[in-house]
Amino acid sequence: MEVTHQVLQQLVNGISLGSIYALIALGYTMIYGIIKLINFAHGDIYMVGAYIGFFAITQAHLSIVPALIISFVVTGILGMVVEKLAYKPLRHAPRISVLITAIGVSFFLEYTSMYFVSPTPRTFPAIFGDVAIEIGGIVINGQQMLILGITTILMIVLTYIVHRTKTGKAMRAASFDTETAQLMGIDSDRIISITFGIGSALAAVAGVLVGVYYNSIDPLMGIMPGLKAFVAAVLGGIGILPGAVVGGLILGIVEAFVSGFVSSTFRDAAAFAILILVLLFKPTGLFGKNTKEKV
Amino acid sequence: MAKELLKATDVSEVFGGLKAVSDFNFHIDKGELVGLIGPNGAGKTTAFNLITGVYQPTTGEIHFDGKSIVGLKPYQITQRGIARTFQNIRLFSELTVLENVKIAFHFHVKYGLLESVFRMGRYFSEEEKIEEEALKLLKIFHLEDKADELAKNLPYGAQRRLEIARALAAKPKLLLLDEPAAGMNPQETKELMEMISWIRKEFGLTILLIEHDMSLVMGICERIYVLEYGMIIAQGTPDVIKNDPEVIRAYLGGEA
Repeated sequence: MEVTHQVLQQLVNGISLGSIYALIALGYTMIYGIIKLINFAHGDIYMVGAYIGFFAITQAHLSIVPALIISFVVTGILGMVVEKLAYKPLRHAPRISVLITAIGVSFFLEYTSMYFVSPTPRTFPAIFGDVAIEIGGIVINGQQMLILGITTILMIVLTYIVHRTKTGKAMRAASFDTETAQLMGIDSDRIISITFGIGSALAAVAGVLVGVYYNSIDPLMGIMPGLKAFVAAVLGGIGILPGAVVGGLILGIVEAFVSGFVSSTFRDAAAFAILILVLLFKPTGLFGKNTKEKV
Repeated sequence: MAKELLKATDVSEVFGGLKAVSDFNFHIDKGELVGLIGPNGAGKTTAFNLITGVYQPTTGEIHFDGKSIVGLKPYQITQRGIARTFQNIRLFSELTVLENVKIAFHFHVKYGLLESVFRMGRYFSEEEKIEEEALKLLKIFHLEDKADELAKNLPYGAQRRLEIARALAAKPKLLLLDEPAAGMNPQETKELMEMISWIRKEFGLTILLIEHDMSLVMGICERIYVLEYGMIIAQGTPDVIKNDPEVIRAYLGGEA
């Protein structure tokens, strides 16, 4: 019984962590889907989102939901500005140029933030006291409920936007073929901008939720989750939205089990071992199809 | 003069040191079916890309419906009423046949994110109307029973027809067809010719056609422009073109 109980508890922990990876991975995969860019600055966007949420709570004395909304909106706009200034001028440049620019943007965000908010980690205020529910001995605390609730809502809204609105339809069309989409009357530049906005906003929410979950944020907090979300996106099949969610959840669960049953030291190693295995055995990811390049 | 739908004046396109198109002057009147022919690499597709805004002309002016379209983005030109198909088929291959057509219906008008999120009622009624119209179009092109298949699974000839259907869904005034008969057998080509004539009458279209298949061009076009090395070397009715010594030289080489 003890083992089952432990397994279930780690499963809850893993799903909470995995939902956060999934939120970040969604942005990665959306941006990749539309302009084939691995946006290495995505983890730093998530960090900025966490800080905006932090200041909204500590300086403006807002409660968690308004703070999430402000962080969502402001970071979304930041994502669009980054796209406009850094990536749009490179639309017809070789992919490697854009990739290197993304690394530049990443450093720029990290160290500019460090200048303004200092490198010292900040303590995220506790949102919940000791709220927790217990189901059959498995504890789900307030933070986890918040994470699960918010990510579920966001994923439902995102699915709705992508599948049921004109903008979503335009996003899907542009992700197949940006040029042809333009000739169908779709303003691809605008769609790319909206994609960056939505992706960044989702990362911002993940940032605030991590602040709430781990109580600590710092200007370099985006590096590791950014890489892990990349692993999650690749695991699910990069460019595929449900893939990002499943990839994120699997990664979170694996990490929770490794920390719980092996040692938390090996947590990160497990995540990157997954990346290596995926690239070796199924480079297109779980949901990816084999596409042959046509000449 | 008022009936001129498309007019290009002294258009040139230079890629690095290469003049892909130079001193390109031509016009299409409303309701005409005009052919654009020429040997490989003559600049036919470049001309299409200039008209649709994929390339910007290095010099010269292009007017559509009396207004300049130089400097407009491709999506804006589509919204003004020019649609095209591609020489190498470029369908949204992972979407269904019906979805391919519906996308074009959706975006020939302006749209917004907030609009599409908040005016769901209108969106859904519009969606139904679009579906109906899209199915009607598919029927014309004998694709109605393939509506739910993925575009990539269609046989080649059907993919070509779907491209034309998709272009028509953007409700164009001018339709540009880039080698619609490429890779088709004579029977399919013949059916395609009939279909082009029919949609032209039915939709009141003006059509510009690039084609290698001489029988197709000579059979249905009223006027033909011949391009060679980026320049127009001849123009006129099919009969004039057939007997033009410059054209014969360009196609057969040497003296004729």
